Amino acid sequence: MTNEDIKTYITTHTPEATFDETGEWLNIIVYPNQLKTLATILNGQPMQLDFLFCLTCVDYKTHLTMVYHLTSSKDRTINIVLKANLDRTQPLIETVCDIWRTAEFHEREVFEMFGVQFINHPDLRKLILEDGFKGYPLRKDFEDPINMIKL
Amino acid sequence: MELNENIAGNPPFPGIIHETPGGGIVVSTFDNVINWARSNSLWPLSFATSCCGIEMMSTASAKYDFSRFGFEVARASPRQADVIIIAGTIVNKMAPVLKRLYDQMADPKYVIAMGACAISGGPFFYNTYSVVKGADHIIPVDVYIPGCPPRPEALLHSLISLQEKIKMGMTRDQIRTEFKQ
Amino acid sequence: MYNETEIIKDTTELGPDGELVINMGPQHPATHGVLHLVVTLNGETIKKIEPHLGYIHRSIEKMCESLTYRQFIYVTSRMDYLSSHINNTACALLVEKGMQIEVPERAKVVRTILNELTRIASHELWIGAMAMDLGAFTPFFYAFREREMITDIMEDTCGARLTMNYIVPGGLMYDIHPEFQTKVKAFVKQFKEKVTEYEDLVTGNVIFQSRTKGIGVLTAEDAISYGCTGPVARASGVKCDMRKIAPYDAYDRVEFDEIIETDGDSFTRYLVRVKEMNQSIRIIEQLIDNIPEGEFVGKTKNVLKLAKGEFYQRVETARGELGVYIVSEGGTTPHRIKFRSPGFSNLSVLDHISKGSKIGDLMATMGTLDLVIPDIDR
Repeated sequence: MTNEDIKTYITTHTPEATFDETGEWLNIIVYPNQLKTLATILNGQPMQLDFLFCLTCVDYKTHLTMVYHLTSSKDRTINIVLKANLDRTQPLIETVCDIWRTAEFHEREVFEMFGVQFINHPDLRKLILEDGFKGYPLRKDFEDPINMIKL
Repeated sequence: MELNENIAGNPPFPGIIHETPGGGIVVSTFDNVINWARSNSLWPLSFATSCCGIEMMSTASAKYDFSRFGFEVARASPRQADVIIIAGTIVNKMAPVLKRLYDQMADPKYVIAMGACAISGGPFFYNTYSVVKGADHIIPVDVYIPGCPPRPEALLHSLISLQEKIKMGMTRDQIRTEFKQ
Repeated sequence: MYNETEIIKDTTELGPDGELVINMGPQHPATHGVLHLVVTLNGETIKKIEPHLGYIHRSIEKMCESLTYRQFIYVTSRMDYLSSHINNTACALLVEKGMQIEVPERAKVVRTILNELTRIASHELWIGAMAMDLGAFTPFFYAFREREMITDIMEDTCGARLTMNYIVPGGLMYDIHPEFQTKVKAFVKQFKEKVTEYEDLVTGNVIFQSRTKGIGVLTAEDAISYGCTGPVARASGVKCDMRKIAPYDAYDRVEFDEIIETDGDSFTRYLVRVKEMNQSIRIIEQLIDNIPEGEFVGKTKNVLKLAKGEFYQRVETARGELGVYIVSEGGTTPHRIKFRSPGFSNLSVLDHISKGSKIGDLMATMGTLDLVIPDIDR
């Protein structure tokens, strides 16, 4: 399927999605409350994007952005990037664990590094940092005067 | 180095042999014999956190064998080990585990800090929020081996230096006062 | 929603059905690094496994935000230290893609040969360590014999044995050693003679087969859903070799097979890796005689700055698919860098495939998943 077909398919289901084709792959930007329905549609027929190979979060100074990289295990030439912009003071988004099981560990890591709360996650706890760690390290406003040198 | 000069005059086996018809008699002190036996049979604890652990495994294998020096059996339990070779980075979450392992070892025990990460944090010194900048913040270290990762020959050199240090027979405080002058 | 970790405070308490909760602690001879598994047992049968990570979390992603594009490559060598050349290749390819740097042919061919040698060295160490976990001490020494030949070649050419910083954006750091070709050919000759020793010692061994056949079965749908890549997924029938899907360097001009099996148990994962070693030898043989002459590094500016935007590069390491994702705001350091490591997803499948098996089978399963913990914790 070409990028144009994918774009028309998605706009029929989610009219408010915007597209960005400046990068290597097609980027789709949606609102956080529409992400789960769009992900379920992309996982089913006919696109069958059943392989989520990267789930992460990026901190632009004004907002946080969740980034999902998807591809299909039957046709590895289709690669899609799904993005959702979150509010910095209260980042909330629904989990995609029931669609792609790999998201369980990835979402736990994003939770402890950025502070994003995932609704309906089966087991949302710290994974990598130690138990008493205060703060969200990968955010840009993480203060640690002992260890971090501001250049 | 003063340590090596002291050792250079030491005989390989501590003791003076008196020839008698039918064999010989060895005269020595208990301390020297015990130190000699202890230094030639140190059992390491298998503790490798990251990349330096692979060089430690290479030193254990056939090309740079360290069982020639007495380090044959690498015990998995700290209660049966004499020396702990800290091979790899120590992070804040691992520090209590290292302290607990060191406490579980029986005296006399020795520590070797292998690699730049265990000496001072190494390549992860700047701008990391979770690395302990040197294993000697947690437990006292006897021998430091620089390198990232150090060659197997460097690890063998450090094991021999540790053996010489044990043969000298001084405790840590005595060495500190001896070399302060 | 929780904010603090739920620690199992008293690990000797029994669960509701008389279950025992034990720690396979961070310091353990068989976990290949610092992995803490909290295992819930009923007798000797496993009910649940929960991995606790973070004992080697060196905050690499945060650290790389203050390193320039030439400097952050040395840190990736230490992430998955058994495939250090392949990690460096991923980062160099990403910077070259972002800045449109031309790589000369000589550099591409030498990079491919070094990547395949690294893959063989990693699988050799894996065979030695896995056989040692199951109680066989001899294959460890035989495996290290071949691995020492490879590290000698690396030491002559690159200067270091384990963490070589030889691959830079644009090509190689300096030219190859004059004896590189003769030494690699000697290694290939010895490897082909000696690989039958592994077959005799390990593969045909009755005890090894009965400890690994039928253990830890992973179906293809689970492998895709859990995001597994590399030999773990290929043993369950999923085609996922990045060298075939999106070829980079000189992989588009060599012929090799992608090893796909369908059984999905531990023995199949073992067989896939042994066959992959033979395919790597095939690639090296095709390339070693025809290294093109010319420059070994392309022209680059002194200070590298990536354009504003996002870039993603995927390579095939010895463990699976490594992804490097950089978000750049136009400066000399990355704004956000994320390493999608293969071990992170491969570990998440451990709980699923070990339910109901015995604790002795857990060693076989963990051995064949080939986990390197600094790769998972970053």
